[in-house]
Amino acid sequence: MKWYVVNRVGTSVLTLFLSSVVVFLGIRALPGGPAQALSSETASPQVLIAINKEYGLNKPIPVQYWVWISKVVRGNLGTSFTNGLSVSAELANRIPVTFELAVLSLIIAVLIGFPAGLLAAVRQNTVSDYAVTTVSLLGVSVPTFWLGLLLITVLAVHLSWLPASGFVSLVQDPLGNLEHMIMPAFVVGVGIAAVIMRQLRSAMLESLGTDYVRTARAKGLAEARIICIHALRNSLLTVVTVVGLQLGALISGLVITEEIFVIPGIGQLTLESVFNRDYPTLEGVVLLIAAGYIVVNFVVDLLYSVLNPRIRVTGGPS
Amino acid sequence: MTAIDAETASARIRTPRRRTAVRRLLRRPPALAGLVGVVVVVLVALLAPLISPYPPLQVHYSTTLARPFSPGFLLGTDDLGRDILSRVIWGSRTSLAVGLGSTALGAGIGICVGMVAGFYRGWVDTVLMRFNDLVLSFPFLILAVGLAAILGPSLVNAILALGIGMFPLFLRVSRGEMLAIREEDYVAAAVVNGAPTRVILFRHALPNMLSPLLVQITLAIPAAIIGAAALSYLGLGVQPPAADWGSMLSEAQSYVSQDPTFAVFPGLAILLTTLSFNLVGDGLRDVLDPRRRR
Repeated sequence: MKWYVVNRVGTSVLTLFLSSVVVFLGIRALPGGPAQALSSETASPQVLIAINKEYGLNKPIPVQYWVWISKVVRGNLGTSFTNGLSVSAELANRIPVTFELAVLSLIIAVLIGFPAGLLAAVRQNTVSDYAVTTVSLLGVSVPTFWLGLLLITVLAVHLSWLPASGFVSLVQDPLGNLEHMIMPAFVVGVGIAAVIMRQLRSAMLESLGTDYVRTARAKGLAEARIICIHALRNSLLTVVTVVGLQLGALISGLVITEEIFVIPGIGQLTLESVFNRDYPTLEGVVLLIAAGYIVVNFVVDLLYSVLNPRIRVTGGPS
Repeated sequence: MTAIDAETASARIRTPRRRTAVRRLLRRPPALAGLVGVVVVVLVALLAPLISPYPPLQVHYSTTLARPFSPGFLLGTDDLGRDILSRVIWGSRTSLAVGLGSTALGAGIGICVGMVAGFYRGWVDTVLMRFNDLVLSFPFLILAVGLAAILGPSLVNAILALGIGMFPLFLRVSRGEMLAIREEDYVAAAVVNGAPTRVILFRHALPNMLSPLLVQITLAIPAAIIGAAALSYLGLGVQPPAADWGSMLSEAQSYVSQDPTFAVFPGLAILLTTLSFNLVGDGLRDVLDPRRRR
């Protein structure tokens, strides 16, 4: 186990380093660099050269990478080309917004997905099961941005129950914040809830068919106890893993949802910096996403091998 | 056993098993409904020039933002007076092209690389899997957005971006299958007979890993269709004025207060198409995975 952890830490650090190289090179491959984005379309070549020189973009790529990465390891992600603000400060402003949206989305996903998945498994092949299975399949198939548009049309434009877009700080106005966040969180949460429903249903059905559940029933244990203590506990591992692995879907959902609902989070910053060719911001934000993704995958892998004694993953003597 | 004997033996086992699998799939109402949905979408895409009431770019200046069931426009018109039904019909071509094209690309690269990694193991496997981890460290949409931005917005580039974003999934599955298949007697027999690696991989191993790959492919197509629509919605996919479901939704967003129905039909088209593929994928998984058979 110790060797597995050491091995996994090593590969994660290597992957993160390679990701930083890919991010850096990939961003420099974007057509039309920051000089074009910052200047007018009719800017002379001299102006473009001056802008490139000011931001150090005239240096060789390996030198630019070294300058950037040596600052990154010290926690300095540089300065935005478009607004002159520190990228670290910009990320620090945006992370809580996206984090709040992600947490709310996950809460909604668990609140919908968990009871529905449980109900479908316990009442297999009944109307409840078919209804949950159909809804979960719809949840997997529905495009996030379309669901967002429909909800804006119905709940914001026609019924005026919720604001169509924008953001209010949680600290300044908690109720206003919830009003602005509940619709986008629901949009992101629905897709993840659908995955939880499907996985929990299938894991529970497998658990309910095992010998230990049959033994528990033979002993005369109450059905509720069998479901909650015996079957559910053994199904949770699969569900926890699946929720952990939904991070990619969560991030993708957040990017689109923040764009639709005009929420000033990491997703919106990513798209803004792509369109503005704002290299430092884009490098910072993509590296942050990649690092988060690698760390969560690592933790999920580790949890999986810790929680499930049958899966002591190879990688050295345990 | 010679390589030819091994091949005939595995073919003899495979064919009836596949026929039974198809029969079992058709006996499941949800999978059958999905299959019908897929056939309908494919037919709509193929017959678009014949069944579309108007050309997708034809503008009717006097009838902009017409509601559904307006005279001459069953699903209404958009902000420029283009018939929404015609654009939804033509949009099926774009969506299917991106969905099938990017899945074919992702599956093609992923399966080949995965088989090589699983067959050779050792350092080849380590290097390829580290590369796979690297690609996987970027969420699918972020990677697709980045690649689409680098390549420039267009239909072909959307296919490339989504295909590249998708290949690690196929690589993982095919590598896992290859690691197991490598230990089978018929592979050992082929190796002993001196069969070239490409013959072992594509003639002996590939047909025996088709079941999980087929399920993966069926489930990847709807993901690619949604990804393509998302790219178009963000302005990084198919460009206006081409008929595309994602672009139509992007255009509709500005008119939600004036014409709420504008956004309904392209979204519904995406939902029904992805739902049909998911129903078929789920059905295939149930039929082909022995653990799920009840």
